[in-house]
This record gives sequence, structure tokens and C-alpha cells, in this order.
Amino acid sequence: MSPARKRRVRLVVALSAAVILASALIYTSFSAASPTVTPSQLVHEAVVGRTYQLTGKVQSGSVRHEVQTLYFSVQDRAGETAVPLSYTGTVPDPFREGREVIVTVEKRGDGYVGERNSLITKCPSKYTVAPSKTKIY
Amino acid sequence: MSVLAVISTLLLLAVVMAVVSRPLLSARTPDEPRTPERAELEAEREAKYREIRDAELDYRTGKLSHEDYEAVNGALRAEAVVILDQLQEDQAASPPK
Amino acid sequence: MAQFGGACLILALGVCAYGIGASIYGVRTGRPEFSESGRRSVYALAGILTVAFAVLELAFLRNDFSFNTVADTSSATTPTFYKAAAVWSSQEGSLLLWAWLLSLWSTLVLFLTRKRMRDVSSYATAILLGFGGFFIALMVFYANPFATTDPAPAEGVGLDPLLRHPSMMIHPPMLYSGYTLCIVPLAFGMGALLARKVDAEWIKATRRFAMAAWLFLGIGIMLGARWSYSELGWGGYWGWDAVENASLMPWLCATAFIHSLMIQEKRGMLKVWNVSLVLATGTLAIMGTFLVRSGILSSIHAFGGATLGVPFVVLIGVLILSSIYLVSSRREMLRSEHRLDSLLSRESIFLANNLVLVGLCFVIFWGTYFPLISEALTGHEASVGPPWFDRYTVPLALILVLLSGIGPVIAWRRATFANARRNFVIPLSVALSTLVVLLAAGVADGKPLALAMFCCAAFVMGSVGQEYWRGVRVRRAMAGEPAPLALVALVKRNRRRYGGYVVHIGIAVLFVGVAASSSFQHASELSLSPGQSTKVGAYTVRYVRPTAAVTPKYDPVHTGSTLSLGAVLNVSKHGKHVATLTPAEDFYDSGEPAQGSVGHLIGGQPVSQVSMDGGITRDVWSAIAPNIDTPRLKRIVEIGNKTLPIVRPDEGMIAVAVLAREYLKSPPPAEFHLIVSPLVMWIWVGGMIVAGGALIALWPAPSAVRARVGVRARSRRAARGLARA
Repeated sequence: MSPARKRRVRLVVALSAAVILASALIYTSFSAASPTVTPSQLVHEAVVGRTYQLTGKVQSGSVRHEVQTLYFSVQDRAGETAVPLSYTGTVPDPFREGREVIVTVEKRGDGYVGERNSLITKCPSKYTVAPSKTKIY
Repeated sequence: MSVLAVISTLLLLAVVMAVVSRPLLSARTPDEPRTPERAELEAEREAKYREIRDAELDYRTGKLSHEDYEAVNGALRAEAVVILDQLQEDQAASPPK
Repeated sequence: MAQFGGACLILALGVCAYGIGASIYGVRTGRPEFSESGRRSVYALAGILTVAFAVLELAFLRNDFSFNTVADTSSATTPTFYKAAAVWSSQEGSLLLWAWLLSLWSTLVLFLTRKRMRDVSSYATAILLGFGGFFIALMVFYANPFATTDPAPAEGVGLDPLLRHPSMMIHPPMLYSGYTLCIVPLAFGMGALLARKVDAEWIKATRRFAMAAWLFLGIGIMLGARWSYSELGWGGYWGWDAVENASLMPWLCATAFIHSLMIQEKRGMLKVWNVSLVLATGTLAIMGTFLVRSGILSSIHAFGGATLGVPFVVLIGVLILSSIYLVSSRREMLRSEHRLDSLLSRESIFLANNLVLVGLCFVIFWGTYFPLISEALTGHEASVGPPWFDRYTVPLALILVLLSGIGPVIAWRRATFANARRNFVIPLSVALSTLVVLLAAGVADGKPLALAMFCCAAFVMGSVGQEYWRGVRVRRAMAGEPAPLALVALVKRNRRRYGGYVVHIGIAVLFVGVAASSSFQHASELSLSPGQSTKVGAYTVRYVRPTAAVTPKYDPVHTGSTLSLGAVLNVSKHGKHVATLTPAEDFYDSGEPAQGSVGHLIGGQPVSQVSMDGGITRDVWSAIAPNIDTPRLKRIVEIGNKTLPIVRPDEGMIAVAVLAREYLKSPPPAEFHLIVSPLVMWIWVGGMIVAGGALIALWPAPSAVRARVGVRARSRRAARGLARA
């Protein structure tokens, strides 16, 4: 085989390998992913046994510490539906009522159980932007 | 705006304008020590020298057989000669100030 | 003063506009005085932004609450150290920091290249000013750090206690330095394409900036990981969070670029690949900057609202489209001059390393932006978690480490197969003996990937060690110096090579730390009462007694926290005392009257004070979440709320002291998070070795060396000329 031909073969082999690996990656990402839902979406769509990424605000007055379990409800940002759940594992420092959280949950029976150590509380929003013009002088 | 703010701003503006307009106002042309081609050739030469040294180090640290080293070294030095020739032509054409 | 600051920004915007015009005019019409004027605009911009930044800093230090930013993120009671850092904890302040750093780096770079690459640097100047102008425009029109409120509030909100840590002073400036430094090679890359001069000069200049960007970005990432580990009550250093990934992606591309640039330097190959990489690095840096402040992805750092998202999306779109256009319209000029001589060459190993790095970047990109991708493709937003990332990055990381051990042993251009085979003997033996020892010791049971990483790292150590050994031997043969001097001289004369080897060692050490600490960690979360103990791995941890501290008066300037409840933990192994840990939880004043006169004093966001014993072989890490909601303690707060007036916080503090005493007297069980992680320290040590190696490689070679080679080459040439004749 001429050197040019050899190079082309190598290129084709390398590209095909890359494409195959990328496809495998892309394919598994869809099956390994858990859908991100708000409380209202979760209530509508939840299927027993599937995990979901629940995002929303911690409902005021819903937080209850038991010995090793934390109970709280997550509500939509707009405040319509609230989903109560039980959670075990690390509770991040910023966690409190009114804060935005993300937690991986699974529907078990009638209730929702948070996956261990999956609770993320968003850092309190320090970067708020004033949408309207502010007087400079 | 307070008076102090206005004065500070005007001062800053004056400094900025002085800095930025200096090349436009001064009559002298900025130095042009080398033509772009010469700068490019010099960069190539430096890179080639580095390659020659690397090849020697490769040989001495046992990565190349003697024959392979002679081959690579010869090729590199030939390439260096080409660059040096080009540099010489360029220097002859427009001698450095 | 705020008005002056605002005027500075407008002036800066004007300077950017002028500079862009002057640079482009200068290069298109061949009038160097205009290009020079354009370059001086960058210097002027740096000056103006320095003044603006100083004005903002002063406002913070002087507690000028008429500034909205100061009122939102600082307070009179915030410690001075953190007042200074609060400048960049807000959107507006961080934009100013970004623009300022960009102007500083641009000034430095343009000053250093002022006598070279006229065309390229004129375009680069325009592009750098374009970026500066973009960020300044964002400030002027969307998020002005000099916006004021009249009348000024009497006190500010205060800096979030979570951010009160020295790392938080350094992490953003370091990370932003990394991001803004990535813009410099991008500007020079685009400039080179525009000027049609992607050549040796460009390589020489770009290499240094790219390495500097790589170094700073790497340090920023490491600092973030270290902060997360030692400060946050989570005990981890990397969570595949969107924002962490956003800083890692440009770093990976920069790593690939540094390697593939050498191939272009030697063989004139991979020009398209290199310019694409450098453009991608800069674009990813902008995307990283954008991610942190747009809230488009759910992440722990979800700053900012959608208002700022649109301009960024436009910028990124412009970057991507113009990159594609520039590369494809210049592809004739970017044709390779040569081909790969041989598969067994260092060039080909570098190619492989590039593929792995870009592959890693792609995996991380896909996983990070998956919520957006899945939403676009399927209409449903979904996200992938750390297990998915680990599954794909770990094998790639293994290959990467292995390659970093193979590369040093292979010669440039065309290695001799017999020599290469012989050179692998020592590294392979080191790797195999490591394998045997670890298997025999039963250390790595059930964790094949960790075992593989240990062996790969051993391979790298063997390979690099051999290189150093042989290099010193060559040097001694040539110059007869004693070994230590020979070593120094060797490194001084071949900084790139031997500095790079040091970086590879550092990476190997780092990955050993990562592999060990993630595969062999023992963690425990449980409730303990004083006197109880538990076993974590090989260690026994006993909760000896509770601790409590209250600030004597309502005067949080010194510590910031009002109440601190913690524990004394005794850590022992096989009966022998190992360490005493004192984790605690700090409570802060929330400033909310609704919580009551006593309630607000401890109602602010608590911060976990991690206590750990770090060692070469393992870290013992502890965090506590004390229970202050027992009926008894709650009653103290309630009584205090009812009887003490809110306007006398000193009396409120007395109630807090009572609470603390009660906690000590009859402490309820507290929640503990205990982790024993092997070899975590290796991660930080590895990072430092990498930084050291990068500095060695970056350092300019002594000019004497260059001259020496020049003389030799000229005499050879003369000899060859004679031979030809």
C-alpha cells in the first residue's frame, strides 16, 4: 500500500472509531439521564421506580428534622403545587425554607423519596440584575 | 455630577487622549527594526535550532540508533541551511538599520 | 465618586471603540501610527479600568452604601478582609473584575509583542478591545457597579458567610485570570487568520500565553476543588457540577493545544487543528463565564437572571460563526507542509494525547449541556449525574496518564524501534512491580480501575525518572559536573522538555490521589451522643464532649458569627491516638426582625466548620450539624424573643449565651459526617508539582544557550557548504 493510501486508511479507521464511541456515549446519555421536573410536572408524570431531578423552592413551614431523615416539601417557583418528600443524607449548609433546591427523587408508593446525598441547594443568588435603568447620577 | 467628579473625569480624558494620540502627532515613524519576513525567518531558525538540539538529546539519551540520528540530524541541518540562506538573502536585500 | 466611576466606564467604552477603529484602519491602510495608537488604547483602557476598580474597592472599604453593590454584598460589620473580596461577589463587580483583568493581560501581551507581528497584533488588539467593550457595555447598560440609591441605606446586607474564607478571595481572581488569559490566544489566533499569518512567529508568541492561561486556569480549578473539600460540609472536591465542568473544558483544550502546537512548530502540520483548538479554548472560556451567571443550567452556582443570558448567547454565536468562517476561508493557507513520518514518533503520541483530551472535553461538554440538548431534541429536560461522567472520563483519564508516560521515551520524528523497546523495560518493570506489590498486599481488591491507575502512574514515574537519569548522565559526560549541578544545568538548558516531564509527574501523582480517595473512601453519617464512638474504616472516632462559643458582645467584626456549636472528637487507630478534631457549626445574624430579638441573632445561614487531620496517607475529615431545635433550646429562644427588646442586641446575646450553656449542659445527639479518604493530599501536592513544572517550562531560556547553538549551526553550515562544493 502506498503511504498515502495507508494514511487514508488510518484516518478512516480513526474517524470511524470516534464516531462509534461518540454514538455509544450519546445513546447511553439518554437512557442514563433523569428528567428535570418541577413539582407540578412531577405530580403529573411520575412513574413508580423512575428517578427524577426535582427543582423548586423549599416550602415555608414544611421542614421537619427527624433523627436521620429530613422531611420537607418542594414547591414550584410560582407556588402552585408542593411535593412532600423524605430525604436522608448530607444537607448542604445553605438549605433553608425559601431556597431553591435540586434533589433526585423516586416515587415509592404514594410518596416521594429523595436519593441519598443528592440534595443540592443553590447558593443564594448574589448576582441579581436590575432590569430597569438605574440612575447613575 | 459633583464638581470633583467632573474634574477627575476631564483629567482622565486628557491623559487618555495624550497617550492614545501620541503616535499620530509625532512625526517620527515607529521603529521597524525588521521586515515581517525577517522576523518570520528568525522565528523559524530558532525553532529549527531547537529541533536540532532536541534530536541530539534524543540520541544521547538512547532513543535513537546512530543511523537514525545521522539521518534525522542531516535532514534537520539541511532544513536549517535553507532557512539561513533565505535569511542571508533577506539581509542582503534590505540591510538592518 | 460613583458618578466618576460611571463616567470611567463610559470613557472606557469610548476608548474601546476608538481603539478598534484605529487598529483596523492602521492595518488595512498600512499606517503603523494608527496601529500604534490602537495598541495604546489598550494601555489606556487598563489605566481607566484600574481607576474604576479602585473607586469600587474604596467604596467597599469605606462602607459607602449609596453604591447598590456595596449595600447588597457588604456591611459595616463584615471583616475588612472580606469587604475587599466582596467586590467580586456580585454580578456587577465580577464583570468589572473580568474586564479589568482582560485589559491588564492584554496590555502586558501587547507590550511584549510591540515590536513583532504588526499585522497580527493589530487585529488581535481590535478583538481584545471588542471583548473588553462587550463586558463594559454589559456593565453600562445592564449591571452597573456604580449604580446608586439615594438616600443611601444605613447598613448593608453583608457578605454571605459561606463566602467568608480566604480561598474565596483568591479563587475568583485566579479563575478569571485563567479565563481572560484564554481570550488572548484566541485574539491572536483570529488575528493570525485575518492577517493570513499562521506561522512560526505566531507559534512562538502564542505558546507562552497559552501556557500562562493553562497555568492560571489550572490553579483556579485546584483552588476551587480545595475550597470545596475543606470548607463545604460535603467532603468532596469534585462533583461534576456544571460550573466546575465549565472551567475544566477550556483547560483540557488548552492542554491539547500546548502539545499539538509543538507538532506544528516542528513539522508544519495540524494548522487547522491548532487554530480550531485555540478558538475553541477561548470560546469555552466565554461559555464558562456565561454559565456561572446565566442560570440556564441547574447548578450549585446559579447566579443571575436571564437578562444577561441573551447578550452572551449572541457573543458565543458570533464567536462560533466567525471561527468557522475564518478557518474555512483560510484553509488553503493552512494546508500541512508535511505528513507524519512515522507512527512511532513523539508527534504521533501527541496526536493520540490530543484525541484523548478532546474526547474528554466532548464527554464533559455533552454531559454538562445535556439538559439543554435533551430539551432541544426531545422536548423534555433531563440531566446526567456523576456516575455517567465517571464512567466515561475514568477510562480516558487512564489512557491519558499512560500516554504521558510513553511520550517521554519516544524520539521526535522517527524513533528507532529497537531503542524504544529497550527504553520501555524500566518503566514497565516499575509498573509491573507496583501491580504485584499492590495485589499481594490486597490493597486494591475489587477496584480494578484504581489499580490500573496506580500502575499507569508508576509507569509514568519510571519513564520520567529514567529520562532524568539518562539526561543527567549525558550532561555529566559532556561537562563533567557533579550530579546535582548537572541536573540543574540539564533542566536550565532544556526547560520545555524537563519542565514538561515534571508536569507529567505531577499529573500522575494527582491522579493517584483522585483514584485512591474516590475508590477507597470510608464515609459515615450518623447521630452520636457524647461518649459514643463509631468506626470509620480503620479508625475509631469518639465524640468526647460538645463545645460552644459565643461572641462576648454583639460585635461580629472579628469572627462574624454569633454562636458556634461543635464537638471534640478523638480519632484513634488500633488504640493509639491519631488526632483530635473540632468540627463546629457557626451561626450568624440574619438581620431579620421577623425571627425575633433572639431568633435573628442565630437565624442566619449557618456555616459548617470542617475539621480534618490531613496526612500523606489519608485525611480524616469531620463535619457536624448540631441540633439547636430541641424543645429545651427552642424555649430559651422563645422566651428571649418575648422578653427582650430587639433594639438591644447585647441583651439578646446574653440569651444566646444561656442557650450555649444549656447546650453544653445537656447536649442532644448531633449529626456527624465522617470521612476517611486515602491519599487526598496527593491531589494538592500533585497540583503544585504541575504548577512548578509549568513554571519551569514557561521560563525563557537563557539567551546564552541560543547564541551557542547559533554559532555551532553556522559553522556546520560552512562545513556543509564546503562539502557541497
